[in-house]
Amino acid sequence: MSTTILAAERLNQRFGGIQAIDDLSFALKEGEVVALIGPNGAGKTTLVNLLTGVHQPTSGRVRFEGVDVTSQKPYQAARRGLARTFQIVQPFPRMTVLENVAAGALFGGASPSVAAAMDTAREQLEFMELAQFADRPASALTLAGRKRLELAKSMAMRPKVLMLDEVNAGLNSSEIDGALRLIRKIAERGITILVIEHLMKVVMSLAERVLVLHHGQLIAEGGPKEIVRNSKVVEAYLGQKFADRFGGEAANG
Amino acid sequence: MKSRWLPYALFAAWVVVLATTPLWGSNYIVRVAIMIAMFTGLTLSWNFIGGFAGYPSFSTAAFFGIGCYAGALAQRAGVPMVLAWIVATVVVGAIAAALGAIILKMRGHYFAIASIGIVEVARLIISSWGSLTGGGDGLNVPLMSGGPNAVARIFLLVMIVIMIMSFIVTVIVDRSRLGFGLRCIQQNEDAANMVGVNNRLYKVIAYTLSALFCGTIGAAHASWTGYIDPSDSFSILMSVKVPVMCLLGGPGTLLGPVIGTAAFMMLEEVFWANFLDYNRAILGAVIVILIFFLPGGLLALRYRDIARRFGLLREPKMAA
Amino acid sequence: MVYVQTLVNGIVLGALYACLAVGFSLVWGVLNVINMLHGSVIIFGGYLTFFAWHSYGIHPLFALPVVAAFMFLIGYVTQLLMINRVIDQPVLTTLTLTFGLDLILYNFMTVYYTATPRRVTLDLGALDLFGIAVPVDRVFGMVLALALTGLLYLVLRRSRIGRAIVAVRMDSAAAALMGIKVDRIYAITFGIGALMAGATGAIFAMVYPVTTNLSGTYLGKAFVVCVIGGLGSVPGALAGGIVLGIVESFAGQFFGPQHALTVGFLLMLILLVVKPTGLTGIKGYE
Ligand SMILES: Nc1ncnc2c1ncn2[C@@H]1O[C@H](COP(=O)(O)OP(=O)(O)OP(=O)(O)O)[C@@H](O)[C@H]1O
Ligand SMILES: [Mg+2]
Repeated sequence: MSTTILAAERLNQRFGGIQAIDDLSFALKEGEVVALIGPNGAGKTTLVNLLTGVHQPTSGRVRFEGVDVTSQKPYQAARRGLARTFQIVQPFPRMTVLENVAAGALFGGASPSVAAAMDTAREQLEFMELAQFADRPASALTLAGRKRLELAKSMAMRPKVLMLDEVNAGLNSSEIDGALRLIRKIAERGITILVIEHLMKVVMSLAERVLVLHHGQLIAEGGPKEIVRNSKVVEAYLGQKFADRFGGEAANG
Repeated sequence: MKSRWLPYALFAAWVVVLATTPLWGSNYIVRVAIMIAMFTGLTLSWNFIGGFAGYPSFSTAAFFGIGCYAGALAQRAGVPMVLAWIVATVVVGAIAAALGAIILKMRGHYFAIASIGIVEVARLIISSWGSLTGGGDGLNVPLMSGGPNAVARIFLLVMIVIMIMSFIVTVIVDRSRLGFGLRCIQQNEDAANMVGVNNRLYKVIAYTLSALFCGTIGAAHASWTGYIDPSDSFSILMSVKVPVMCLLGGPGTLLGPVIGTAAFMMLEEVFWANFLDYNRAILGAVIVILIFFLPGGLLALRYRDIARRFGLLREPKMAA
Repeated sequence: MVYVQTLVNGIVLGALYACLAVGFSLVWGVLNVINMLHGSVIIFGGYLTFFAWHSYGIHPLFALPVVAAFMFLIGYVTQLLMINRVIDQPVLTTLTLTFGLDLILYNFMTVYYTATPRRVTLDLGALDLFGIAVPVDRVFGMVLALALTGLLYLVLRRSRIGRAIVAVRMDSAAAALMGIKVDRIYAITFGIGALMAGATGAIFAMVYPVTTNLSGTYLGKAFVVCVIGGLGSVPGALAGGIVLGIVESFAGQFFGPQHALTVGFLLMLILLVVKPTGLTGIKGYE
């Protein structure tokens, strides 16, 4: 259980004047659940975009199962087994929930036919506890439902690595508990998971290892317990949050 | 399931109606039937890129026009008629695939404009290349022997066959992963790519499919009329009419293009006959009405509700 | 010397193209609508000017402001009553709608005015500048076109409404939060687009024949200028217009006048593919 499945090697990404990702390296081992945290604008989404071929890095490499996949297209990443959910959910709004999930199975999960994809999608909806919504249009789901649909869609792609970009943002606490349970169920299947989270509660209860990103740099890495005691993290993460809060009040007053 | 076979039954019935016009209709009716079959083929073709993939393509006239010239030139070079149509189809398909690979990088308005630009450039090239195409004077195409009515009957069958072929391809695409993928692209292109759809490839295939039968139809049309010129072959009006017909019926569906074309053409015939001077304005009015009052096309109308409103259907008894 | 003559012709032509396209570009940039009516509105403006001159002897210079104001009203109302209802819909819908409206306007113009080309003939002769002949009516047209384009630039930069238009162009949601009535700005912008088209028509009536046959050509030029210069900005339209004018002028010189248009369109297609933001890259934040 210690082979590296996905690795970033000295990744850099510039957007005009912004260094969104700054000389970043890390590796995910097969089957582990890793949390990626960091303040707003730290570069978390950008990192996922680099790992899934949405952006080409300015420099550096991405390796998946030992193969250099830096220049892959998103659809190639999907077919390789690199699935991700979007921070802002991206359903196919006028398709049914079932068809949404079937799309994942058909294209990412290499189902041999549309009918087979529909079957896989049905199983997946069962697993994700969305079966009762199968025939509703995706646009009719609540936010929590749509987030779960994103999960189901990426699970139908039979991923090896699943990257979850703030799947809990905007949910209430009972919805979060539901989502947590599902993520654990997914992890039990041996899928490597990278969760991007703001909620420490989720991070603490899920992650075996935590990566902390700040201004595009990896400033700390370790078990969840050590991370919360790491002074750099407190300063970068919590410190900035407090600073923001006081800054905001000062500006308003 | 009843509704599953309904589209095919309706289509088959429509084919029978069109194909039998020489038996029960005047020469004028036969002519209208030819035009309906021809435009149905064009609309079904447009449906691949405009309906399934949701890309606002206005290239139809370019493909039709190139088909006209490719077929006509082949025939003038001595290629037998039907073979010339096949040549035109292949030529148009190849050109569409090459152009598609370039312009499908664009989205939205830029794509729309590029697709219009292709019609203009194709027309300008054909009319400037006088040594090959006869320029603005046009080209004569070897006519089929036989009286005009006999020839019309033959071309009615030809256009119907092409229409059936494009319908069959539509059915195949609709059920295949290609159709599924195109629908994903239509609804959310980035998400489609992210679940593993090869967007570029799928769009190029859709664009090529939207061109293929336009090429065949153009070549057949040239053989039928016996004369082509750049302004009739590459008409922007055709490029807009075809999407409008598809929108009228219901884009991205099997029957929408067929119903939309039939409704539009019959409407147009009625108005043509009575208000010859105003036919463009009437097309314009149809467009305006369509966009404001029939946003999803005729197929999206809730006929039960309408029937109920006019008392044609009795209210279903409410269960307690 | 012959090249200088060609260059001068191109620049004169380019100024006219800039004026022709700037309203179209503004509407596209601000409303995200391709206004297929633009070409016909130019012709409409041309007809009104022509008949004012022909029937009542009104000089085009005096007809121009009246025609422009009239077109503004029509544009404002059209946007508010029709286009605004589908403003959030996909490209195909807005484009098809304006095309439908264009067919109606076009049809009525061909029926009432017939396609016979008409032209306001002022007979101003030609100016000789160091051996380069420039027809005076064209220079007059160019000066008017530049003046109008410049005026629009000033309005966008300096006036409250102009600033509101620019704000909506940059981010309509943010503009709405700032208390700008976006619908009203849309209508005003569309009105300005029509106004510029009408004014262009008045100017063109002195230089070119007025006939409905040209409406598609004018619309095509507007596309090309926008693609060359970028969307929604006055300097972009000016740059695009002049580039197109010069390119057409030289293309006509080298390949024959019938190819000038082809070259313009080819330039557009190539630019669309390699640089969709236009040559200037100006994004229209005046
Ligand atoms: N496509 C882009 N073009 C330009 N700048 C970008 C782009 N994507 C991200 N950025 C910038 O890169 C930085 C990192 O953004 P990113 O979205 O990755 O942050 P994040 O950690 O996901 O933040 P959040 O917690 O808000 O989701 C930000 O400054 C952002 O403005
Ligand atoms: Mg993010």
